[in-house]
Amino acid sequence: MKYLVCISKTPETTAKIAFKDGNSTFDTDGVQFILNPYDEWYALVKAIELKEANGGTVTVINVGGAGNDTIIRKALAIGADEAVRVNADAKSGFFVAKQIAEYAKANQFDLILLGKETIDYNGSEVGAMVAEFMELPYLSYGTDLQINEGVATIKRDIEGGSETSKTSLPLVVSAAKGMAEQRIPNMRGIMMAKRKPLNVIEPVACEDLSIVVSYSLPAGKSSVKMIDPENMDELVRLLQEEAKVI
Amino acid sequence: MVLVFAESQNGQFKKTAFEAVTYGKKSAEILGTTCEAIVIGKAENPAQLGQYGANKVHHLTGSGFNSFDSQSYSNGIAGVAERMGAKLIVVSHTSTGKSVLGRLSVKLNAGSVSGVNHLPESKEGSICVKKNVFSGKAIAEYKINTPNAVFSLMGNTLKPEQSGTDAELIEVQLEDTTVKTEVVSVDLQQGSAAPLPEAELVVSAGRGMKGPENWGIIEDLANVLGATTACSRPVADTGWRPHHEHVGQTGVAIRPNLYIAAGISGAIQHLAGVNNSKTIVVINKDPEAPFFKAADYGVCADLFDVVPRLTEAIKKAKG
Ligand SMILES: Cc1cc2nc3c(=O)[nH]c(=O)nc-3n(C[C@H](O)[C@H](O)[C@H](O)COP(=O)(O)OP(=O)(O)OC[C@H]3O[C@@H](n4cnc5c(N)ncnc54)[C@H](O)[C@@H]3O)c2cc1C
Repeated sequence: MKYLVCISKTPETTAKIAFKDGNSTFDTDGVQFILNPYDEWYALVKAIELKEANGGTVTVINVGGAGNDTIIRKALAIGADEAVRVNADAKSGFFVAKQIAEYAKANQFDLILLGKETIDYNGSEVGAMVAEFMELPYLSYGTDLQINEGVATIKRDIEGGSETSKTSLPLVVSAAKGMAEQRIPNMRGIMMAKRKPLNVIEPVACEDLSIVVSYSLPAGKSSVKMIDPENMDELVRLLQEEAKVI
Repeated sequence: MVLVFAESQNGQFKKTAFEAVTYGKKSAEILGTTCEAIVIGKAENPAQLGQYGANKVHHLTGSGFNSFDSQSYSNGIAGVAERMGAKLIVVSHTSTGKSVLGRLSVKLNAGSVSGVNHLPESKEGSICVKKNVFSGKAIAEYKINTPNAVFSLMGNTLKPEQSGTDAELIEVQLEDTTVKTEVVSVDLQQGSAAPLPEAELVVSAGRGMKGPENWGIIEDLANVLGATTACSRPVADTGWRPHHEHVGQTGVAIRPNLYIAAGISGAIQHLAGVNNSKTIVVINKDPEAPFFKAADYGVCADLFDVVPRLTEAIKKAKG
């Protein structure tokens, strides 16, 4: 089996969010980037688990500049066999999905995995787009995945519960908590990652259908009103009359 | 025309469906057009969507629409959108909506924005819309570069508004033979509280609870309010609470009207998933807990003492 895992880069979770050029661009100055946790913890580790159980190869793909090689090497250190970087600025989910789909079509994967969303733009769009470009089934928010004789059984999170579906391969699945357990790369993995292939390819032409034109910061909260712990009636009154939420 | 995909479950419309139609109607007014809805599979009285602003309701049934398959659903939605010349398609930002949004964008070559929480604007002929990014730490304005657009609407962005009368119902019978995915089972949690992403009232607790055996006071508080329970990540990771209750940057992102947090420190990754709540109440015994900075109301005290008394006070106020 051939597994493809789409990985992306996001600002570290405590990063300070600021903008420049008249609030049109995210200011990456001093921001540390990490492998998107859902891609790393769930999608990548699941692919590695499947490979360990059934054999095959795990390829990771990222769309981005040379600055992304650090996070790509981390994915290799965790256990991917090879990596591909599409050398282009990832300006929209549509653009990214188009690049991944082009590569995947040419290279025939059985299973394409990605995280349920990125923690910066929280778009959750790329998986469905890749699936549509390739006319493949897509299951989002997967928490369990079994493959038996060419039939995939996927359990996925839905509002208020879970849903289990059966479908055919090849297939695109986005992974959520429960799909796999985070793995910390060990020394051997880190050393081996340096020798694993990281192929850089050029993008195919693709328009951005929607783009961010400006950013703003949310209005700050006015300061907190402290309530006397002995007077919960007062808190209830405020929630009813001032906040009007109960 | 603005086309809204209104989701139903077991034949009943979800709250998010009414929100989406209300949003569609308001968007249609802004864009100078009308609003129609599309309903797929079993649905009770689809024409009622007219009361929320849909002029017409397209009701799709037939093989391929009996259970959720993102391919057949998006084929169905795209078919109606193309036939009726939809300028904007609105779906809910739910597990179903998110699974079709990207497909519709590709199918219709329409610019997409996922998780919008503002109404669209028309600027120099282009559709623009805002959404939260960086887990609520910023707002981004998107411009659509194509004549038509697809949005998924974040839950609790607006309240459903009922004013009109029933819509004209158009029954569409379709045979989609391309179906590859079949739902074999659906497991819904017991209990009457709304699922977290849709909940208007949420009571949440963290490591300050000391252990899973102490959750009774949180459940009691949630019960008197009719609220849904949630928790911080370490609580879900250690198995004190089920993982679907985990809120935050790597859990569920929520935006209820009221979020009560007891024994949660307010780490930045936790705040990222809850800071869009309209009103936040924090109960923590540490006056330096970072959560107080993000709160509207704070109670600095032992939660084991305060939570039961808050429950009593609510009971009393509710009579
Ligand atoms: C990449 C990454 C992603 C993460 N994602 C998330 C996420 O999605 N969601 C999330 O929640 N966390 C997330 N975290 C973890 C986060 O950083 C915090 O560790 C976590 O939120 C802390 O949980 P807590 O507040 O329950 O526990 P603690 O930080 O231990 O806080 C417990 C609080 O309870 C108070 N307390 C104790 N006893 C009492 C009492 N008797 N009465 C009143 N108050 C009391 C204490 O004063 C303290 O403030 C993430 C971390 C990383 C690195």
